[in-house]
Amino acid sequence: MVPVFSARRWASLSFAAGLVAVTACGGSSGGGSPSPLMSVMAPSPDPRVGLKAGKYDAAEAAWNMRLVSNTKPSEKFVGITNSDLAFSRNYAIQGSYSGYQVWDISNPANVTLKTAYYCPASQSDVSSYGNLLFVSGEGTSARLDCGAQGVKEPSSKDRLRGLRIFDITDIANPKNVGNVQTCRGSHTHSVLVDPNDKNNVYVYISGSSGVRPADELAGCSSTAPDKDPNSALFRIEVIKVPLAHPEQAAIVSSPRIFNDLIAPGHHGVAPEDKAELEAAKAKGAFVMSMGGQDMVLPNQFAKMLLDSVVKARSGTGPATGADSAALRAGLPALIAKMMGQAPGGDGKGPKPGPTQCHDITLYPAIGLAGGACEGYGLLIDIKDPVNPKRIGAVSDSNFSYWHSATFNNDGTKILFSDEWGGGGGPKCRATDPKEWGADAIFTLTNGKMQFQSYYKMPAAQTSLENCVAHNGSLIPIPGRDVMIQAWYQGGVSVFDWTDAAHPKEIAFFDRGPIDPTRMGNGGSWSVYWYNGVMVSSEIGRGLDIFELTPSPAISQNEIDAAKSVKLDYLNAQGQPKFVWPATFALARSYVDQLERTKGLGSARIASTRQALSAAERASGAARKDALNQLAGQLDGEARGSDAAKVRTLAGSVRNLTN
Amino acid sequence: MTPTPIRLLIAGLLPLVAASACSGATGGTQLAPIPVARRVQSTPEAIAWARADSVRLGWVAGDANFMTGMISHHAQAIAMSRWAPSHGTPVIRTLAARIINAQSDEIILMQQWLSDRLQPIPEPNPRGMTMNMNGMQHEMLMPGMLSEAQMHQLDQARGVEFDRLFLTFMIQHHKGAVAMVKELFNTYGAGQNEVVFKLASDVNVDQITEIARMERMLGSMASAKPAP
Repeated sequence: MVPVFSARRWASLSFAAGLVAVTACGGSSGGGSPSPLMSVMAPSPDPRVGLKAGKYDAAEAAWNMRLVSNTKPSEKFVGITNSDLAFSRNYAIQGSYSGYQVWDISNPANVTLKTAYYCPASQSDVSSYGNLLFVSGEGTSARLDCGAQGVKEPSSKDRLRGLRIFDITDIANPKNVGNVQTCRGSHTHSVLVDPNDKNNVYVYISGSSGVRPADELAGCSSTAPDKDPNSALFRIEVIKVPLAHPEQAAIVSSPRIFNDLIAPGHHGVAPEDKAELEAAKAKGAFVMSMGGQDMVLPNQFAKMLLDSVVKARSGTGPATGADSAALRAGLPALIAKMMGQAPGGDGKGPKPGPTQCHDITLYPAIGLAGGACEGYGLLIDIKDPVNPKRIGAVSDSNFSYWHSATFNNDGTKILFSDEWGGGGGPKCRATDPKEWGADAIFTLTNGKMQFQSYYKMPAAQTSLENCVAHNGSLIPIPGRDVMIQAWYQGGVSVFDWTDAAHPKEIAFFDRGPIDPTRMGNGGSWSVYWYNGVMVSSEIGRGLDIFELTPSPAISQNEIDAAKSVKLDYLNAQGQPKFVWPATFALARSYVDQLERTKGLGSARIASTRQALSAAERASGAARKDALNQLAGQLDGEARGSDAAKVRTLAGSVRNLTN
Repeated sequence: MTPTPIRLLIAGLLPLVAASACSGATGGTQLAPIPVARRVQSTPEAIAWARADSVRLGWVAGDANFMTGMISHHAQAIAMSRWAPSHGTPVIRTLAARIINAQSDEIILMQQWLSDRLQPIPEPNPRGMTMNMNGMQHEMLMPGMLSEAQMHQLDQARGVEFDRLFLTFMIQHHKGAVAMVKELFNTYGAGQNEVVFKLASDVNVDQITEIARMERMLGSMASAKPAP
């Protein structure tokens, strides 16, 4: 029995498998030097497979990282779903369907509870800015008065669906200073800190649940926008928060960023797909084009059509070359005739397209946002915070539900995740395709997104573990694009996507199922790097803190350089641009990377390390002279494919003289 | 290891996942219940937890009716999708396979929720929800579900015609699920429970997204152009 789902590339193009053998995936493709990380061997067999279940005593597997601490939820939060994380100073703020908990993480090995604020709402997505804390409410049971009893009436003035705003000047005693109600509630939100506006912040609201009745919140309409211009569908909300008067926060615009969204190519065509298609064409397969995408007609269907051509000329026996030519010429008309006029093709009725976003990641440093919006990944210009404009869109037939976005630090790549099944399903079984419920990586050039590859946490999980791509953040390793990501009960996975076409896992942590008998409520909702550690919101087990351990994939110098980046606060959906202070660890990180890629000869690597050590021991003018001399030598040796990195190294050495 | 109910239930899923059998030629449309998760059981701990949860937010008949009705609704989507490999073209296979995968998992979740609350667990019957009325059993179609005639029409279609019908009918079917969610949230006291809210919201967005995708697919079929 061949399970239908087992094929590696069971995508819309892979039916070419009937004509040509499916090429194996991953591996090295044609051009470019092979990724230096390809030689980093993951443990085999994968220790994540077959871990013993348990709530607080589950078996654990870790590679190149370690669990520093696990802190169980406080009393009123036990058994309630933990959700997303935000950071402010030395605090991690953990959302929960019960409210939120503030943890002091100054000592990652001994996390202490600062406050547990009981105020039920799903999903309680959290963000911080200055002395303000923002909390999302979407579920219909959330109350303005933070009561636990829910709201039974379909329409009620007691219900809170939208954004709660807290003053956390005294973080042990947060004060609810305002609430902004929205028509679809707030599933997630993203805080936009506009570099040109010091007096306000802007909060983009993504609501993915139903529209509230107008008698609950005036002006809410779920009628299609062509019938009601005030429809709450097909839009996001922008809330302006005056920092001096957060109680005056209000919706200032409802941008319709989905208008006239034309369906783009509907599959991220990987190089492997292209190769398959070209091979099939070369062998004379019949090709039809649908929605701008070429597809190979399967043998069976082609034969059926060929038979009908033979029949049409009143012939018998096998089809001739002339029959094939006739079919090739007549195929488009034939397909069009068989399809007839499609519903919706007449321009009447609602336009297909997303009605909302699930999440938006803002990257103000480059003036762009990535919107994960139902069936699309959007690129949005946010230079005018009140009037965001869509400037690009991608879609992918392997993606079920676009969930979130992450840019690389340079803003030259964007990664979207697919929360196939909504997060409650076990989508990492051995039988689930690697392209489903995964990340899709795109390069970003002049505002154009170009698909490169998929990434999915590679260890097969059981049917008892909900698992799909979820929230993560960059780890500030200089000169590389490295990210840590939560996969619910699939654990957390650290991967390198510097080579966008060949992402590679380089560290992981995983536990066995939280419940041995059924799909329990657990796993990592989100995991983010913050000031040297990786903090994970464990849905059922509390707060986990991890740290990287040095390995061939990440050196101690790279870890030290990553730790040198200090943030005052972090909301992963308002992505900060990392800037590395001049440190010897930074320069040594580049040396380590050049050693890994063989971008410099081994003698030069050794002498550079010696020179850096000598300079570090020296001081004053002697240090400065030594560093300038080294930088000059390196500049002179920058050539070949790693020339840019050698120059970056030289620059980082020169910066140490300041 | 002794087989737990969940493991048995996953085993029950396998024939469904490997659905490639052709049922077409014989004329009669085969619509056996989808063999999913009829042996769901709840541990005393799970029942106790569900009870505690119910004290807090409660659940009402509307929640249980939604879960019960959605099981047969999903079952029919799975039955329709199981024909895709044998009846349709590759264009719809990814979509159909994902519907089978996603909705099978959701059926398990719904059955588990009902089981934890000691409610009857319906068979995933693609013909509709079985209702007892005045001692007579009726199969009631939930909103958007295909009639027996429509199911038969779909089962008879082949190739591109199957694709077109599949998409048309599945859009109808999904719109019904979206209507069921709306009905749930318009019911007094319903949709308060975390699992119900999440499942209903997921069904809502997933199926709205899929409707849009299917409408695009239908649209691109109508404008199929020759390959260069």
